[in-house]
Amino acid sequence: MDEKSQLQECLENGEFAITAEICPPRGTDVKNFLKKAELLKECIVAANVTDNQRAVMRLSSLAASTLLLRAGVEPVFQLTCRDRNRIAIQSDLLGASVLGIKNVLLLTGDHVSCGDHRGAKPVFDLDAIQLVHTANTLNSGVNLNGTALRGGTALHLGAVVSPDADPWEPEEIKFEKKIAAGATFFQSQAIYDMDKFKRFFEGVKRPGIKILGGILLLKSAKMAHFLNKNVPGVDVPPHLIEQLEGATDELEKGIEIASRQVRELKAFCDGAHIMAISQEVSVPKIIAGA
Amino acid sequence: MIITKKKDPNDIIESLQGYKSVYLFGCNTCAEQCKTGGIEEIEQMTATLTENGFEVTGHSLVDETCYEQLARREVRKVPEIKESDSVLVLSCGAGVKTVADSVDETTPVLPALDSLYLASVERVGRFFEGCSLCGECVLTETAGICPHTECPKDMLNGPCGGVSGGKCEVLTENDCAWTRIHGRLKAQGRLDLMKKFRPLKDNSIKLNPRQTLLRGPGSEAHKDR
Repeated sequence: MDEKSQLQECLENGEFAITAEICPPRGTDVKNFLKKAELLKECIVAANVTDNQRAVMRLSSLAASTLLLRAGVEPVFQLTCRDRNRIAIQSDLLGASVLGIKNVLLLTGDHVSCGDHRGAKPVFDLDAIQLVHTANTLNSGVNLNGTALRGGTALHLGAVVSPDADPWEPEEIKFEKKIAAGATFFQSQAIYDMDKFKRFFEGVKRPGIKILGGILLLKSAKMAHFLNKNVPGVDVPPHLIEQLEGATDELEKGIEIASRQVRELKAFCDGAHIMAISQEVSVPKIIAGA
Repeated sequence: MIITKKKDPNDIIESLQGYKSVYLFGCNTCAEQCKTGGIEEIEQMTATLTENGFEVTGHSLVDETCYEQLARREVRKVPEIKESDSVLVLSCGAGVKTVADSVDETTPVLPALDSLYLASVERVGRFFEGCSLCGECVLTETAGICPHTECPKDMLNGPCGGVSGGKCEVLTENDCAWTRIHGRLKAQGRLDLMKKFRPLKDNSIKLNPRQTLLRGPGSEAHKDR
């Protein structure tokens, strides 16, 4: 419990940290999930396990994070505010701790109306900043009521930031509030304008706060158009779309672009967070090319 | 203003199966404004039910159906209410409850409407959810724009990551509540309020059913109308 996570060690030592995202299955067959974990094992420092991403019901991120641990991959347990009240959230954070999970990524979560159970009650008892505050409170040895915990937590607290948010100023305020609430590492929304991201990074960097740039693998030009149309804070520039359209193998081109981005991040950033969305098999290739 | 919408007539007819006669209650305040429970809607409902073989024994259009004294007076005054097999109420749920509490225990009282929200009224016929009745008003710090009401995720400390071009991720036609709060606080030179950590809400204040008692029960309470 007292030992820091590999991710935290790596970041604190000033090494370039690479994380990647794995999505738990929509059922109990975890063979494929574990196969992906095995693939990623050697090339990343930790793997993020998404929490019913896009509000689509899947295997719990806590259970899947535990499976990763057993498979020898350090997890970043993603936890959202959508499906749990403050009792469940604290309880799950304690649960993660005793299971040996050390990194958590704390998010608001997509609204149930985006997902596959649209009649579900959206909880949102807390927002993302209150969630960071809650985890930080547990880390200080007490629960939200101020009652001492019988055995505390030492979780490595992460949050997300969207450097391309439009408008930026409210997002910047929230970023600062997340730091004040106790977040020490950030994984960013997908970035495509590296110069802009670098300006953001240089502008906000400070001791003790680590930022991993988000790299979202473009599997095709069609996907790029979809992202621009449907995903807030993601803006794939036309020249990248043209490169994809002109390629004989769009996925290969996407991997090449992602490799280039990771390489660019290595020059100034604390790390990269690769989101390959069901193309986790390509992650080792992206990293090898970077 | 409490906003209501009409239930599907087939569902209403289904809920009335087994009863031959129906007495109708409307509400001349909110439901009248929403065009769900005024005199026109009572007449429409009378026609629909009659066409479907029910005997509509009469109707009352109460000024405020949620006002128990008014409902009780109607029940005392109109013998058809007691003589009917059922009562159908064209008002919000509070009106249905009030009528159900006012009639004889053996009479089934059924809703004709679905109750939706508490609205601000832009003008006649244009309603916008105005307040979530959260029990602890945050408008002091949010420049008069309510994050509980206008943000589908109830964010209290700023926008979620889904804001895009200042628009809400969930209701994409809407401006993001927090983008608006930010703009207004900035215009008022009060951005420090947005930078402040807003703690978790105390949901215990919403423990229902809630009541407000400005005086004791008894004869005194019967003098106000």
